Amino acid sequence: MNRRLFLKSSGLALVAGGFVPRVFVRMASAETAPGGRVLVAVFLRGAVDGLNVVVPWGEDAYYAGRPTIAVPRPGSTAGAALDLDGFFGLHPSLAPLHALYREGAAAFVHAAGSPDPSRSHFDAQDFMESGTPGSRTTRDGFLARALTASPRRGESPVRAAALTRSMPRILAGADGAVAIDRLERYGLRGSGDAGALEAMYAGSAAEPLRASARESFEALRVLEAAAPSRIAADNGAQYPPGELGRSLRQIAQLIRSGVGLEVAFADATGWDTHAGQGASNGQLANRLRDLALAIAAFTRDLGSRMSDVTLVTMSEFGRTARENGNRGTDHGHGNAMILVGGGIRGGRVYGRWPGLSRDRLYEQRDLAVTTDFRDVFAEILTARMRVPAAGMTAVFPGYAARERLGLIA
Amino acid sequence: MRTRSSLPVLGLLTGSLVFLAAAGADRLSERERAIHALDRLAFGPRPGDVDRVAAMGTDRWIDAQLHPERVAEDPTLEARLPGRDVLSLSTAELIERFDTPVREARKKAAAEAAEKARAGDAPETGGGDDTGAAARVRAMVPPENRPGRLLADLTAARIVRAADSSRQLQEVLVDFWMNHFNVYARKGLDRVAIVAFERDTIRPRIFGRFEDLLLATAKSPAMLVYLDNARSAAEASNRPPVRGRGAFAGAGAKTKGPTGLNENYARELLELHTMGVDGGYTQSDVTELARVLTGWSVGAPRTERTGGVVRASRRSPEALAAPGEFVFRERLHDVGEKTVLGRRFPAGGGMGEGEAAIRMLARNPSTARHLARELCQRLVSDAPPEALVERVAARFLATNGDLREIVRAVVESPEFFDPAAFRAKVKSPFEYAVSAVRALGSETDGRGIARAIEEMGEPLYLCVPPTGYPEAAEDWTSSGALLARMNFALSATRGAIPGTSAPALAPPDGGDLLGALEGKIVPAGLSEASRDAIRSRLSQAPSDPAAKRALTEALLVGSPEFQRQ
Repeated sequence: MNRRLFLKSSGLALVAGGFVPRVFVRMASAETAPGGRVLVAVFLRGAVDGLNVVVPWGEDAYYAGRPTIAVPRPGSTAGAALDLDGFFGLHPSLAPLHALYREGAAAFVHAAGSPDPSRSHFDAQDFMESGTPGSRTTRDGFLARALTASPRRGESPVRAAALTRSMPRILAGADGAVAIDRLERYGLRGSGDAGALEAMYAGSAAEPLRASARESFEALRVLEAAAPSRIAADNGAQYPPGELGRSLRQIAQLIRSGVGLEVAFADATGWDTHAGQGASNGQLANRLRDLALAIAAFTRDLGSRMSDVTLVTMSEFGRTARENGNRGTDHGHGNAMILVGGGIRGGRVYGRWPGLSRDRLYEQRDLAVTTDFRDVFAEILTARMRVPAAGMTAVFPGYAARERLGLIA
Repeated sequence: MRTRSSLPVLGLLTGSLVFLAAAGADRLSERERAIHALDRLAFGPRPGDVDRVAAMGTDRWIDAQLHPERVAEDPTLEARLPGRDVLSLSTAELIERFDTPVREARKKAAAEAAEKARAGDAPETGGGDDTGAAARVRAMVPPENRPGRLLADLTAARIVRAADSSRQLQEVLVDFWMNHFNVYARKGLDRVAIVAFERDTIRPRIFGRFEDLLLATAKSPAMLVYLDNARSAAEASNRPPVRGRGAFAGAGAKTKGPTGLNENYARELLELHTMGVDGGYTQSDVTELARVLTGWSVGAPRTERTGGVVRASRRSPEALAAPGEFVFRERLHDVGEKTVLGRRFPAGGGMGEGEAAIRMLARNPSTARHLARELCQRLVSDAPPEALVERVAARFLATNGDLREIVRAVVESPEFFDPAAFRAKVKSPFEYAVSAVRALGSETDGRGIARAIEEMGEPLYLCVPPTGYPEAAEDWTSSGALLARMNFALSATRGAIPGTSAPALAPPDGGDLLGALEGKIVPAGLSEASRDAIRSRLSQAPSDPAAKRALTEALLVGSPEFQRQ
């Protein structure tokens, strides 16, 4: 056995045996000194109906186009929208976010989205995650490029974590990113064989297997030492059952474990409401309740640490302004984004409202896009994640942010 | 099935070139051809397969596989398939057995909840509501009537066929077409309709003509429910004149029935099933095609509540439609004129115009290219040579979409056996798990393997988006997924997968343990680095021969070489 191999496998054996090398603990905690900021992106896959998330209750056309699925005006009845600013209101299932909004910890951007006209889930998700709408040749994801462009804090193999089974497009090509859907399962059953497996992949595997294996074993060592899955939720936070609650709970564990996390990503599915989406109650209302409870639990769990953490939701496109023949909505264009946490100037709805009358709709059917989703991320990345302005040309190639929304305090 | 990027294959190619440089080959040997055919047109070799195929001639083996009826099936296979008592039932029978009990339980649970509420019990709050109700419903349905049991049987049967059928290419193509026409099996009636979808819609047509396959999927209850066409209806002004009183007689009818267009299926029919996203259609084509297909629906289960399908009133002629079977609901069909891809469909075309539109799409050159590319990505490489795609597409058009001929065009192309394609693809989790079972000579009932495949990220029949699972290597090799594969290797080789036997390879005749097992499990050979790593590990392993052997098998199945095909 050669020396390199021996060192690797013996190191693993120590970790697997329950002995935590102090160096990992020290290294890890130094990396997450206060100020170690984290961006959490939540992708609402399937295109959430943004018009029923942030409801334009001040506009008659909203009610005219949605006879059975509109959310009633604030105060009008049970299940009414929760007023935000005298024009917009929140879906009643999002009451926990309404509380954060009133505390100034949450904000919304409406009529946001990708300028690409695609109504294909696959294409629109791909364009959004690559950060290059309309271009199919971009290999990596924009959060991966943002990690490259941001000032490096240490050498953590877990700079970014996707709480998904496979690496999402948005983090494709990232150095120091892992895809982990269950922290407690991230490990090898036969630790004695780890050394041999690692050596095989390091020595002979072609890409993408080699790079992926290297990242796996590095992350394995750090995660076994930090044991984030053993960290209990704080402040009595209770996450809802289901995928998003589980993902955000684990992101909080990763943040508090001090492994050097800078970017986290989670998926939430179930938004493609072509039929029977419901209004104040029903299919979409249940998904939104789950979303709000998960985010509220996350902010409660992290407590003061939340000042370092900014959470953003995104979705590939919005849905038709009018309901379809099945009390649902079809694929549309503009959408609403939710912003919570550190640095956000909360308590307002950002963006320029294009209106819902037929002549103001995109292709006479969908909410228009007046804020490019890249403007939202550009502001967060520069102001919060310290990506230098010059670096943004690499994050969003060929795109110059059009306007500053003033999202960040 | 979609590939996200055309570039990453470069890395793979570099790897295989290094590999081949060592062998000093610019074309594949007969043995390598046999290995390649077994990797791509089968779920990997079982012990002895490589020698057998090489001896009979790889081309002859392929030709036989292209005509599965000429390949003698393992006579014990049918008897060993899981779920034989339910997987042969009609959709109507499956509804009785797996759908009605759930509906009735749901009704009962709702009634009980209402009773409780009247009695003044405190209501449950927050997200607990739904979960509690779901658990109550579940408790009321006996295990043998739960739809989950049906899906478990279907999944296990698919795995057993993939592992054991002699008609391997057929099983590979079933996987390919089930993924091309992806249906998520936990949406409404699809919990039961998925069985007939694979058995009656896909399987009998994979060596037939594409337009027949496409039309069969368009009329399949599974697809009609999954992509919502079962609920799509003409706008009230475009409906046929009302005759008598029916549930959907007019816009004013008090009904929960559909009142307008749902374009979900029409869009995916163009984007995914036929022309491809860049195939040259517009939003107007999507909407017009959706209008053409209004009325294509599914006979409702005869209960009050229906999930995902239109409910017919007792008096309507549609009430006669068999539950869970295709029905054309004339009264929901749009009688106006439509134009799809420049072709005019005159007013009053009825069901025939939908069939004509689908046949038109099946013959479109964009469809030929889209399918050719997907098939080449599956069988040749993640980024197949454009010249090959064009040739296969031309063959598609020349043969009116003869699916046997387009597969033949791929496998008889020089690109298929080009050294650049050898070992150039990474196995999907399904391919990886089944190829391991086969390589190790294990027997399986499919059930534990199904869970393993799910843990590696590819639960069968449960891909939610209509795109199906991806085909490219980088979609399957994230760090977490790779660890799951290594864990699978450790479990499978130690007999730790429920329902799957431990490896049953003939004991090596003394001497070189690694060499003997490598020849069986990784017939294309390991790299020197992999061999060194396994030898080092063996040198410090216990001397017990059985343990040494299990360890060697584990490292071979977990090796980077075994991830590839």
